[in-house]
Amino acid sequence: MRTMNYSSTKRALAVLITCTFLSLPHGCNGESPHKPNAGATILPPTKPDNGPQAYPEDVPSNLPVFTMDYPRIQIPFEITLWMLLASFAKIGFHVYHKITIWVPESCLFISIGLIVGAIMHSVHEEPPAALSSNVFFLYMLPPIVLDSGYFLPIRSFFENVLWFAVVGTLWNSIGIGMSLFAICHIEAFGVQDINLQENLLFAAIISAVDPVAVLNVFEDISVNEQLYIVVFGECLFSDAVTVVLYNMFSFVAEMEVVEPEDVFLGVARFFVVGLGGMGFGVLFGFVAAFTTRFTSRVREIEPLFIFMFSYLAYLVAELFAISSIMAIVCCALTMKYYVEENVSQRSCTTIRHVVKMLGSISETLIFFFLGVVTITTDHEWNWGYILFTLLFTFLWRGLGVLVLTQIINPFRTIPFNMKDQFGLAYGGLRGAISFALAFTLPDSIGRKQLFVTATIAVILFTVFLQGISIRPLTEFINVRRTNRDIESINVEIHSRLMEHTMAGVEDLCGQWSHFYWKDKFMKFNNRVLRRVLIRDSRAESSIVALYKKLELQNAMEILDTVSGDISAAAPSLVSLEQEKKESAKPKKTFMAQDLKNMHNLLSKNMYKIRQRTVAFTSKYALPNDNQPREILIRRHASIRRSLRPGSFQSTIPNSQKYFSLPTGQSLGSKYPSARRSYADDHETMSEVAYPTRRSRFSQPKRSSSGAMMPLHRLGTLKEVPSTDFLNESQGESFGKVHSKPRTGSSHSDSRFPAHRRHFDPPVDNNNGSADDVRNEDEAEEEQQRQHRGALRPPPSWAAEPRDDTPRNPLLRQPQWNPKK
Amino acid sequence: MGSSRSSLRRVPDGQQLLQETGCEPERWFCLGLRSEDLEAELSENPIGDRIVGAFFQPGQETVDFPSFVRVLAHFRPTEKNRTRDGVQPEPANSRNRKLKFAFQLYDQDRDGKISRTELLQVLREMLGLQVTEEQLQSIAERAIQEADLDRDDAICFDKFRKSLEKVDIDHKMSVRFLE
Repeated sequence: MRTMNYSSTKRALAVLITCTFLSLPHGCNGESPHKPNAGATILPPTKPDNGPQAYPEDVPSNLPVFTMDYPRIQIPFEITLWMLLASFAKIGFHVYHKITIWVPESCLFISIGLIVGAIMHSVHEEPPAALSSNVFFLYMLPPIVLDSGYFLPIRSFFENVLWFAVVGTLWNSIGIGMSLFAICHIEAFGVQDINLQENLLFAAIISAVDPVAVLNVFEDISVNEQLYIVVFGECLFSDAVTVVLYNMFSFVAEMEVVEPEDVFLGVARFFVVGLGGMGFGVLFGFVAAFTTRFTSRVREIEPLFIFMFSYLAYLVAELFAISSIMAIVCCALTMKYYVEENVSQRSCTTIRHVVKMLGSISETLIFFFLGVVTITTDHEWNWGYILFTLLFTFLWRGLGVLVLTQIINPFRTIPFNMKDQFGLAYGGLRGAISFALAFTLPDSIGRKQLFVTATIAVILFTVFLQGISIRPLTEFINVRRTNRDIESINVEIHSRLMEHTMAGVEDLCGQWSHFYWKDKFMKFNNRVLRRVLIRDSRAESSIVALYKKLELQNAMEILDTVSGDISAAAPSLVSLEQEKKESAKPKKTFMAQDLKNMHNLLSKNMYKIRQRTVAFTSKYALPNDNQPREILIRRHASIRRSLRPGSFQSTIPNSQKYFSLPTGQSLGSKYPSARRSYADDHETMSEVAYPTRRSRFSQPKRSSSGAMMPLHRLGTLKEVPSTDFLNESQGESFGKVHSKPRTGSSHSDSRFPAHRRHFDPPVDNNNGSADDVRNEDEAEEEQQRQHRGALRPPPSWAAEPRDDTPRNPLLRQPQWNPKK
Repeated sequence: MGSSRSSLRRVPDGQQLLQETGCEPERWFCLGLRSEDLEAELSENPIGDRIVGAFFQPGQETVDFPSFVRVLAHFRPTEKNRTRDGVQPEPANSRNRKLKFAFQLYDQDRDGKISRTELLQVLREMLGLQVTEEQLQSIAERAIQEADLDRDDAICFDKFRKSLEKVDIDHKMSVRFLE
């Protein structure tokens, strides 16, 4: 352990030293007046010697063997260096993991920025003037907002997020503005020249909440989901509200006299801006979704559409001076739903990764600049103003949370208790957006420097103090957590059972479609929108290919899980069995290792519930998509069950399509490689792969227990020669590959009830139920796609469970009716 | 309140249902429309048939509206500050009753205990493919060991309740709209 620490410390040191060296060239410049005139950024040349003034005066007679032309590449070069530096810093933090537990990442970035700023300041270098208003608003802000918007859980709307964000931000800014204005009248502080508009403007700037650090902490300590969702959503929308307010107030601040009608106009404008932004966003979302309907042949540029359309939404909204943040968020939300159905799996992954990457870089850079600017600008420090700003910030946030929760609590199922409210209030950190907004204030504001200083002070205070202390505090006051403690096997099993129960009961009650408007919207969605926006007749190959891809991933995962677990768990269990046989004791003693294995088994293997609430998604990580695989595993289970003796009759030829690995055969052999080679194909079925797999086929093991590594693959329909039972299905769009291309696959998210229902249901009625699920777990967007992929091939085994008459009248349905 | 009065009249035993479940019947009407979606989602649920079975009284093949309502009433969020006099029966959504519902999901033969086979069945339903029979047996064994007081190889309701005392049942087993 000690050696490990030592080596990790060494690594950390090495990385930090590298970072410093990287930043050295920035500061290392002997001649400060020599500013290359190539534009805004003013980083010195990298060579420590005289650099580019080594232009020879005379025309060289020979061909120069070695030249250097720095100004040409200067701007992209410096941008790249900054980004690299930020990324190295990020690596550096995670190398020594313990830091990130106690100190949130934002603190670390700011610290690095401070260090770099100090270096630059000591060599009298100016920070890159790159952070102009345009650069920030047009290049740095959109990725951050897109990142938040793309992964925003829809459910947050139901958790009163809008209420907290919009009303809360308004409350904060107006409150702080008013009180600061009152303070300004006190002569001792010498800030009488700040009028009300400017105060309001400043207040709007610093009410933008950015609880990135808080989210990380909350996730680490598994705080309860409601709180998490509210904080997550509030962050996003408060940004939007703040920018709207900022624009409004900055306009107002430049006016000389404010009439009452201007106030009224201001309010009206607020609504126009907000709703207009939403409208634009939704419009662009639909256009993007529609476009992706036709991109089946050009898979490589599919992600491009997503980004371009979102960015376009942002820019067009900026054109009309309406809320661009709302536009891009709504665009992302709308788009995601439809696009992820149209687009290939790879594109989906690409989109997510790129969105995350861009957002992450952007945020890092902003914090970086914050640190640098802190050192290098001239500050105007005014004790009174700044201290009172801090005070009012806390005060109004606390009051705001209190009042708002009191109002909204009666409407909530599970009201926020005092600890939740404390978490909510304390989690109001300020961050990147406030800084950028302050930094880009128009210079016509008289006390701009004071505002900048005050903003930086507030940000630093909240980020460092609150960010570092929130973790011990929330643990101390024991905010209600999701119960993730594993106390005993019992608790784990029973809890899981209860969760399943609740999921089932909710389904029964129609929880998610109970809301009338939502129901209506879902119907409209199914009938109109999905038909238009989602690709109609998908190429069969892509469905099956998707399914195969899933299978491959599944197989890989089983490989990992099983090999790990079996080797660990088997010896102890085997020994226990022997012990049992020997002593025939009624009670076995379980060693700690066994318990650990059991817990591992349970946690890895228990079916996860259909998500009632959104999964924890860290802001810096991609959402977890284990669920679709799990659904796949479940399908296999039901298929296996259905293949038990007694249900074979005519299904023998159909069961030929089950490829299962007979037990005992090692997976390490050609099997994975065959699949892997498959995956390299573009989503088409490879003819080559099939024969090999088919040859490996054997009768699926029917014993429920013996097969430890069953790998069932629902054969692609390509191999189904017989189509008789398929004929019985009415108007079904099972992607039969070469024999009968079916259309009408707007019912693409069918949830095919595996072992109970048969083949006849037209699948679109399942839209309702599946939609309900989808709408609640936006974080698991893949689920729907893979449901669809998983469900297409089923008819091959569908014939069998005929003898399995539904045991319950509630489930006996003669006919599926499409949702009315 | 006029509407609820009229709806109460329409529902058989409406008044009694209201008292038992504490919830107004008109809300329950919406539930009837949902039946066609039931199957899809419940079949996904590993214990779906158990859940459905819980609505039926033993031996019955049909469920009528009051029984349906009574069962669903278990899932109302618990009100903490209701004063109960001793006369009123325990409300349907109390923590105890919720636990009892969960218990009965295991205990299909209604003998008041979760036997080892019943536990194994549930485990098999809930666990994936990768778990072998021996592992299942050990897990069940351990679960019973932890909870078994009277050495009869089964978990009784009291111990079940005790082992879950730290779990926030009210939160876990409440459905939002059943206010």
